Amino acid sequence: MVEYYLSLFVRAVFIENMALVFFLGMCTFIAISKKIETALGLGIAVVVVLTITVPVNNLIYAYLLADGALAWAGLPDVDLSFLGFLSYIGVIAAIVQILEMFLDKYVPVLYNALGVFLPLITVNCAILGASLFMVNRDYNFGESVVYGFGSGVGWAIAIVVLAGIREKMKYSDVPEGLRGLGITFITVGLMSLGFMSFGGISL
Amino acid sequence: MSANAKEVLLGPIFNNNPIGLQILGICSALAVTTKMSVALVMCLALTFVLTLSNVFISLIRNQIPSSIRIIVQMTIIASLVIVVDQILGAVAYDISKQLSVFVGLIITNCIVMGRAEAFAMQNPPGLSFIDGLGNSLGYSVCLMVVATIRELFGSGSLFSIEILPLVTNGGWYSPMGLMLLPPSAFFIIGLLIWALRAWKPEQVEEPEYEIGGHTALSKV
Repeated sequence: MVEYYLSLFVRAVFIENMALVFFLGMCTFIAISKKIETALGLGIAVVVVLTITVPVNNLIYAYLLADGALAWAGLPDVDLSFLGFLSYIGVIAAIVQILEMFLDKYVPVLYNALGVFLPLITVNCAILGASLFMVNRDYNFGESVVYGFGSGVGWAIAIVVLAGIREKMKYSDVPEGLRGLGITFITVGLMSLGFMSFGGISL
Repeated sequence: MSANAKEVLLGPIFNNNPIGLQILGICSALAVTTKMSVALVMCLALTFVLTLSNVFISLIRNQIPSSIRIIVQMTIIASLVIVVDQILGAVAYDISKQLSVFVGLIITNCIVMGRAEAFAMQNPPGLSFIDGLGNSLGYSVCLMVVATIRELFGSGSLFSIEILPLVTNGGWYSPMGLMLLPPSAFFIIGLLIWALRAWKPEQVEEPEYEIGGHTALSKV
């Protein structure tokens, strides 16, 4: 059992890396990776939000939206799965908001560290993407906790590594047209090539 | 068409391309470009969502309280995406399976949110419609170019019609497997940006760090 979850975790972190293999959360990935510290803050925020939202969306899907999920309320023929997108994004927005208020009140240190990144996370494709993958692959509650955490960690690793490379790269002499955005894409391509070598690993 | 509307329509294609310059909506641009047919469906889906969301948000822009505007915009966009998803599932089931989660991800596509926030909230519906159309065109041009390169060199075909006869079918072209893998998408977009900026040098970014001259040598 532990092995199964470990394998799922490794797959979510390395083999199916959110950023480098599925291209999710690219906008923030490219825009906020100029400094290691900010990248780390954003990475941690993504891990926290993913670990909470994926399981919550899993519960909502399993007990409210899926075909026949409302059987407990005496409505066995109702299929609300078409409301999926609307519910997931609503849940994500609400959880981010609640998390923000909670941290502000009880863990001000973390709140100040995460700062502007928390609200930004609502529109990060990686968060919604993880929920949609979870539904697509029919994960149960335990799997969705591991998957949410793992894909968050994978995303965080990728953005911190990219920020490290970019911090060094600003001293290099890049051709004019490639400066900034262009060279970043090519760097990410090389990183993605590196991550491809994890393909096929299973524990 | 007035000069202003024309600029709003055509500007985003090359001068202010949402992918090339504004770094918006890249996620889907990379993931769905291994085949041209899939990429085309994605472009149509985005065009539908972006133009209509711009129009609707612009219509009610004076009624939306600014403190909850994000959630209102999100609801409108999500509803439109649900419509697209249902239509695709009914009409083009195979392609909707290949697009998998990426249709749903149009909700968080930064272009849609970005245009709603930056343009539709301040402008009348007609102009917002044109702006939506222009930005989807800019997105589509970028997507289709990437898809053309990836499908042509990756599988030797365009729209699944064989252009370069493959070795496996008795032809001469042996496909580049890399083109079908994720890294190639990053390389192609990076090089496209380079090409675009070589053509329009005003888009080149300022260097963050100037390499100083050889002061020690020049003094001597």
